[in-house]
Amino acid sequence: MLKILKYSFYDLIRSRWSYVYFLFYLLLGFVLLFLNNDVSKAVITLMNVIIVLVPLIGTIFGVMYYYNSKEFTELLLAQPIKRSSIFLGQYLGVAISLTLSLVLGLGIPFLLYGLFKSDAIFDFSLLLVTGAFLTMIFTALSFNIALSNENKIKGFGYAVLLWLFLAVIYDGLFLMSLIVFKEYPLDSFALATTMFNPIDLSRTLILLKLDISALLGYTGAVFKQFFGTNQGLIISMSMLILWTVLPIWRLIHKSKKKDF
Amino acid sequence: MILVEDLHKRFGKNTVLSGLHLNIQAGGIFAVLGPNGSGKTTLIKSILGMVIPNKGVISVGGLPIKKNWKYRQEIDYLPQIANFPGNLKVKELIRMIKDLRQMPSREEELIILFQLAPFLDKRLSTLSGGTKQKVNIVLAFMFDSPLLILDEPTTGLDPASLIRLKELIQREKADGKTILITSHIMQFVAEVADEIIYLLEGKICFKGSIEQLKTKTNQTDLEHAIAAIATTPTDA
Repeated sequence: MLKILKYSFYDLIRSRWSYVYFLFYLLLGFVLLFLNNDVSKAVITLMNVIIVLVPLIGTIFGVMYYYNSKEFTELLLAQPIKRSSIFLGQYLGVAISLTLSLVLGLGIPFLLYGLFKSDAIFDFSLLLVTGAFLTMIFTALSFNIALSNENKIKGFGYAVLLWLFLAVIYDGLFLMSLIVFKEYPLDSFALATTMFNPIDLSRTLILLKLDISALLGYTGAVFKQFFGTNQGLIISMSMLILWTVLPIWRLIHKSKKKDF
Repeated sequence: MILVEDLHKRFGKNTVLSGLHLNIQAGGIFAVLGPNGSGKTTLIKSILGMVIPNKGVISVGGLPIKKNWKYRQEIDYLPQIANFPGNLKVKELIRMIKDLRQMPSREEELIILFQLAPFLDKRLSTLSGGTKQKVNIVLAFMFDSPLLILDEPTTGLDPASLIRLKELIQREKADGKTILITSHIMQFVAEVADEIIYLLEGKICFKGSIEQLKTKTNQTDLEHAIAAIATTPTDA
């Protein structure tokens, strides 16, 4: 598996898009820091960008890479390599290179700015950790979609729809249901709904840590009330891990049954 | 060497293989023939583990291939359509496959044989179909595995390369290897094959030597014999 990972990783590192993605974060980091002049505020702005952009890029890169490396995959399938190693290796290659672009692109400007002297270091690392999780989750989801759809256009469409649903539509439905059922106690419902969307979950997680949960309105208040900050962190983190592990498990399971 | 028992494969509603039995002894050149869509490639891909059968058992070298991947160390495969990652250079691709297989290889000799040296630094996406096929051949022949599976090896080759390929195949046979070939070029089959396996509607319809096939169908040349067998009722 490590060899496949190595080749996928090098392949991506050499591609122009990894650099564009990396430079984008580098620029974003510098601009935010020097316009804001305040690490904490920059972290909040970054969160808003990361929460939407990271899943989108993860989804698109994942689908694109899977379809583009179809030939490579077929070549590998005839070699003495385990199927799960091939797909896991490719998945990790994409996920790791994207995570690296994110962490380095944002990390460098913050380090230069003097992050270690600031007390925002924990918030910032949490931001990077959730960003990494979102990359892993959405790349895994998009690999799943691509694996189940032979048709490129269809696969691409489903992947973008998935992103749109989790990033935008889900919140809309959530708010609407809160308004429609406002007569009822909705605390546990709100909590559960947040758990089922990794984007909402990450947002909640960061906002709880930033102690500005009032900004989030209902969900944040519920989270704060139910878990207190530390317990909420642990439960959200376990949910994020579950969100990562389940699609990877399905990816391995599905790949074993597929014909090429 | 290869034992296939009661192999069934469907793609959606389309039944490709239905209860195929096949026993291939070690050593010799076997040509898998059949009309388009008769299941030749599906059979080969099933043996390679790329296609998962609905039913049936396949054993290579005495071991069932299900949930097993190490047996592919014993197989060299030449795919029908030479699809390679386009952004790699020929040299890099060869190095990568060598790295993945970790076996002694003899690619230099093959690169000279097929005159590929000027293309080593070119990206695979810029190569012509015939050159790609030559790269394909180098990749398939560079390891010393006892079983060789060649799916349409002649596609796109010029006459000179075709002659070299035939010599190469004969040399591998002399080394005692088992070689499985599919082809639609009957002249090529008549020249190289020891035994014919004829597939029709997902079953083996004939298995035997070219001479046996000709006697059976009362034809004097292979092309007509093959054309005749599809219409002759058989019990093989």
